[in-house]
Amino acid sequence: MKQRIGVYICHCGGNISDYVDVEQLGKLMAKENGVLISKNVMFACSDSTQKEIEQDIEENKLDSIVVASCSPKLHTHTFRNVAIRAGLNPYNYTQVNIREQCSWAHSDKPMDATIKAYGLIRAGINRVSYSEVLESLEISAQKVVAIIGAGVAGMRAAVDLARMDNQVYLIEKGNTVGGHVAQAGRLFPTNENGKEVVDRLYQRIRQQSNITLFTNATLEKVSGSIGNFWIEVKLGSEELKLNVGSVLVTTGFDFYDPKEGEFGYRLSDRVITLPDFNKMVENSKGKLIHNGKSVKSVAYIYCVGNRQSKGENRYCSRQCCTAAIHSSLHVHEKFEDMTAYHLFRDIRTYGKQELLYQQSSKNGDIYIRFEEKEPPVVELKNGNPTIKVKDYLTTKRELTLDTDLVVLVTGMVPRTDSNSVSSKLKIPIGIDRFFNEIHPKLKPVETVIKGVYIGGACQGPKNINESVQSALSGAAKINATLKSGNINLEPIIARVNADSCLWCGKCAEVCEYDAISSIANGGKLIAEVNKATCKGCGICAPTCPSNAIELAQFTDNEIESMIDGLMSKAEISPRVESQQNNQKAGVQSLAGYPKIWRTIANALEGNTLTIPQIAEKIDQEASLVTWHLMTMNRYGFVESAGLNDNEDYFMYKLKK
Amino acid sequence: MSTETFSPKILVFSTDKISDPGIDQAGLRKLHYSPSVYVISLPCSSGIKPRWIMRAFKQGFDGVFIAADGHECSYSPKCAEHTNTIIVESQKMMKENNINPKRIRMAALCSVCAEPFVSHMGNFSKILSELGSLETEVYKAQ
Repeated sequence: MKQRIGVYICHCGGNISDYVDVEQLGKLMAKENGVLISKNVMFACSDSTQKEIEQDIEENKLDSIVVASCSPKLHTHTFRNVAIRAGLNPYNYTQVNIREQCSWAHSDKPMDATIKAYGLIRAGINRVSYSEVLESLEISAQKVVAIIGAGVAGMRAAVDLARMDNQVYLIEKGNTVGGHVAQAGRLFPTNENGKEVVDRLYQRIRQQSNITLFTNATLEKVSGSIGNFWIEVKLGSEELKLNVGSVLVTTGFDFYDPKEGEFGYRLSDRVITLPDFNKMVENSKGKLIHNGKSVKSVAYIYCVGNRQSKGENRYCSRQCCTAAIHSSLHVHEKFEDMTAYHLFRDIRTYGKQELLYQQSSKNGDIYIRFEEKEPPVVELKNGNPTIKVKDYLTTKRELTLDTDLVVLVTGMVPRTDSNSVSSKLKIPIGIDRFFNEIHPKLKPVETVIKGVYIGGACQGPKNINESVQSALSGAAKINATLKSGNINLEPIIARVNADSCLWCGKCAEVCEYDAISSIANGGKLIAEVNKATCKGCGICAPTCPSNAIELAQFTDNEIESMIDGLMSKAEISPRVESQQNNQKAGVQSLAGYPKIWRTIANALEGNTLTIPQIAEKIDQEASLVTWHLMTMNRYGFVESAGLNDNEDYFMYKLKK
Repeated sequence: MSTETFSPKILVFSTDKISDPGIDQAGLRKLHYSPSVYVISLPCSSGIKPRWIMRAFKQGFDGVFIAADGHECSYSPKCAEHTNTIIVESQKMMKENNINPKRIRMAALCSVCAEPFVSHMGNFSKILSELGSLETEVYKAQ
């Protein structure tokens, strides 16, 4: 049992402490058996708090720590590394989720959320007090990568992985490479042709002897785990079994296929989608001709199949505004006397793409804003389209536009075969039906399946630039994992109690990985676990009639003590607003908050200062001071004291 | 006990790769469920020991919910079968201790099953509210 436990309860800005009385919990936990230090901290994951925890471990010889903050999915490794840096075994740390599974889930009932958090932290303390020192297992890993999908994202990642001395298998379902980009025509911002970009990448792939490209190849089955996956691929009648260390999925997207009759689609050959229009523009010379008829005016209808408030595609595809405007500019350059109407909901030409929007406006393109509740109506007379649209930028006056062509600016949707890929690789699918990363900011290309990464538009709408960036990010992650040829695996595996094991073989029967066998021990047979092949699922544990096999970190002591902790009776008092406390206690109440807060407060003691003045006084960057001062302001520690004499900065003072 | 004031305590055994992200997502999206629901995370739902379930009842939980991996399990294709065996075993032990077998429930939850999780918690709470607290049930049986 651990007797020198450190407990750190996180405010997470206000994400937790707005609902859970973190300060009170900090005080209550300090009274628990075995707890030597109990603190509430503003951001447990911040550098300053990490250093503070390290210092506490070293100075107080803590034998274990509990961090009560966000989901273990986010910061388990952050705090394991804190423990390692301070000389504590990383498995003597327990993460308690009081954000996703408490403060956010019960933001409607703050008192109940505090009571629940009390139980959760008690459970964490109980668990960590039974925690043991565990050492990582090192396994050899194949420096071989399978990339599923040979669009530009997959091709570009293949080149980099190959250059970093990895064997790459590039697996493409279609019979050609390059995906949508190969047919995209002229691309922003370099005005290169998509086919040229793909050709160039293809040549680079051919030059790399350690890339093997399979086309017309389908993913059949995946087994194994990080470092040692087995990928079964079907090539016509032939089947291949590839042994790879990691997998990068870059299967891309499909364009939304409008329904028959949606803005007149398929009812007239004069209503086409943007990808088809781009091909037409690319193939026309001198005059823009569609089905033998000259085209002089084009109406682009935006957000088709996306941003559906009642449909299944609620998201924005972010690249289509740029694609439509870029296409319109191309049409103006290539053909004379063209008229373009852009029927849009909002123009989202973010970043450099905004320049295209400006150029398009200078060219005299007409922009008409509509709203989803009153979309344009395409009427067809003898197949010729007339559009009626209410112009929300003026007086909602209904305009009637006669155009030669209606172009539907269609967004991106998940590929129809994404469910099949997902089920084989066990990649979770998000609410938008694209593949889900672990965390959009902290783990943007990792999936919950170790060794399986996602890149490009298979994880959500992206332009080509962003797709390639994310695929390269996945490639870098994979290379970092496989580089040494060894991977450290968590030591959370099954183990046998030799005294109570009577070898009935039931544990071996349920093990899918043949990790359990019998061995002679002290005149009897007992079970033995192969440390390299055990996956740490724990399926063997409940099958044992003599309770002789258990999973590290999930022992009876740990789980049962957690259950006891969850049901601990809490003596929680109704919350006293911290701001009132702050007002009474002043700078003293900053104990437990980041050190820089106390430094800022000391600088402001009896003073009224601007941010640059504070920064100079405490010798810190103004941006850092701004960030912390704004949070202090939100929590009522400081307040504005009006503008300075030059009226160029706000002054701040301590709140009395 | 009135079903209006009784808030049954539920212990959820969840799995870190499959159902945990779904339960986390419920919180992220602030889809509220009963604060009397507590989650213990494990690698696989087939690794739950019946003695842990019995410990939960002994400590005062009114129900145990197993967020099973089912066919999503990355460890074993027979996961649903194994988990079911654990439930059958637990129900035998529950009967021996005068605990209604309805107090244990299993459903497959995936990594994006935020709404289904909230819905399962609502339905299970309703069933447990109708059964009343475990303490009362065991007392009556004695």
